[in-house]
Amino acid sequence: MRKYLSFFRIRFLSGLQYRAAAWAGVSTQFAWGGMSILMYRAFYRVNAEAFPMEFADLTTYIWLQQALLAMFMAWYFDNDIFDSISSGAIAYELCRPCDLYTMWFTKNVAVRLSRVVLRCFPILLVAVFLPRPYGVSLPESVAAGLLFPLSLILGFLVLVAFSMLIYISAFYTISSTGVRILATSAVEFLTGGVIPLPFFPGWLQPIMNALPFASMQNTPFLIYTGHVNGQEAMRAILLQAVWLVVLVGVGKIWIRHATRRVVLQGG
Amino acid sequence: MKLYFKYIGMIFRCRMQYKSSFFMTTLGQFLVSFTTFIGMYFMFDRFGAVDGFTMEEVMICFAVVLTAFSLAECFVRGFDVFPRLIRSGELDRILVRPRSVAFQVLSSNMEFSRVGRLLQAVVMLVYAIPRCGVDWTPDKILTLVLMMLGGVMLFSALFVLYAGISFFTIEGLEFMNIFTDGSREFGKYPLSVYGEGVLKFMTYVIPFALVQYYPFLYLVGRSDRVWYMLLPLAAGLFLIPCAIFFWVGLRKYQSTGS
Repeated sequence: MRKYLSFFRIRFLSGLQYRAAAWAGVSTQFAWGGMSILMYRAFYRVNAEAFPMEFADLTTYIWLQQALLAMFMAWYFDNDIFDSISSGAIAYELCRPCDLYTMWFTKNVAVRLSRVVLRCFPILLVAVFLPRPYGVSLPESVAAGLLFPLSLILGFLVLVAFSMLIYISAFYTISSTGVRILATSAVEFLTGGVIPLPFFPGWLQPIMNALPFASMQNTPFLIYTGHVNGQEAMRAILLQAVWLVVLVGVGKIWIRHATRRVVLQGG
Repeated sequence: MKLYFKYIGMIFRCRMQYKSSFFMTTLGQFLVSFTTFIGMYFMFDRFGAVDGFTMEEVMICFAVVLTAFSLAECFVRGFDVFPRLIRSGELDRILVRPRSVAFQVLSSNMEFSRVGRLLQAVVMLVYAIPRCGVDWTPDKILTLVLMMLGGVMLFSALFVLYAGISFFTIEGLEFMNIFTDGSREFGKYPLSVYGEGVLKFMTYVIPFALVQYYPFLYLVGRSDRVWYMLLPLAAGLFLIPCAIFFWVGLRKYQSTGS
């Protein structure tokens, strides 16, 4: 356990060094969030009835999404891992007395968290002071406020567990760029990164909600805004936990299989 | 010019060495813009129209922006990855060769996988052109072509500006994405959707509305001002200040020596 903690610390602290990049990121995300809200406002003006949630809830959703982007962005990958697989440096990693899966998992969690820590506060701070309904509001209820952190952590781990599968797939391909871009765009869409899941047509919703992708950013944000509450929230959190166990399980079995047949080119 | 085509051929053959990766990337590019389109489709499915524009009209707008962006990204990619040339010291090699810098940067990199995005634009055009209710007289066709052309010039200008800024700072570059990726992403809807403020900004600061919004109004018959169709050419003039900025940066450039 201690060794993984120190991997975490190294990655986390080195992630904190990129402050200028973080400021640029904050301004980009702020513009992005603002533009998205203006776009939804145009649709809201067309037909407020057809809007699947309160407008203020949607703006809260978007600001949370922007502020916590680094936790849930599907397109972020640690290139060192891909490089180590394609260059053969993975051999050293395999010699180490630690579990490859846990090590990669910890590193990913650490990098993402370090980015979130740098970026989320400025965004949220400004968004809190924006006039209603354009800003970020408090959790819908006390229960929502209590369940949100739990769901947030679970959702975050589900996403990392899924991205681990993409790292592992690199063992089987010569160049992983293709797989990466395909998987990323599919995840972004199914997780509600393009439009939030409540905006999907009604008949699609049950299918979408059952997929692991809904258990990523969708569940915590909808719990926070009160769109999902009570019993339903409990069930959603349970589903998140199930997906986390399944994805980690699949990943661990697969990585064992993959590393057993790994062939290193000498030289 | 002959040399340029030789470079294109070289890069193309080089990419073709990794065929499956190339096709996967192309497919991925298609999928990225396809999911954006599906998202848009779901929105129109739910709301019917936005700001008085129908889905077919908005699809034309989206296709124009996507075409312009993909073409610019494909051929002006060299400027998009320019910071890499500085960091790797490749720029020093470029400077001592007896050809212009712009030419060499342009021919140093091309990203053919952007064809995937172009494909999405073509699909949308094929679907929307007969259905959007525009009477396709020659002047409307010309407007559409000019919009794409002006768009390519505008995005190229933004990439050149991006490269110019990288002479001064590397770390803060990400904010330029607001204008490049942001214009592509939010340019799918006519700019008036985002309200007066954004429209003004996109008219006077970054002349994106001259490509995407005003000629579009003429195209779909919201405006009778024929001169709107020529505005994309005016937007192309944006390339001049960007090129000057790049040139100033280049004059100040001191190699890191690495």
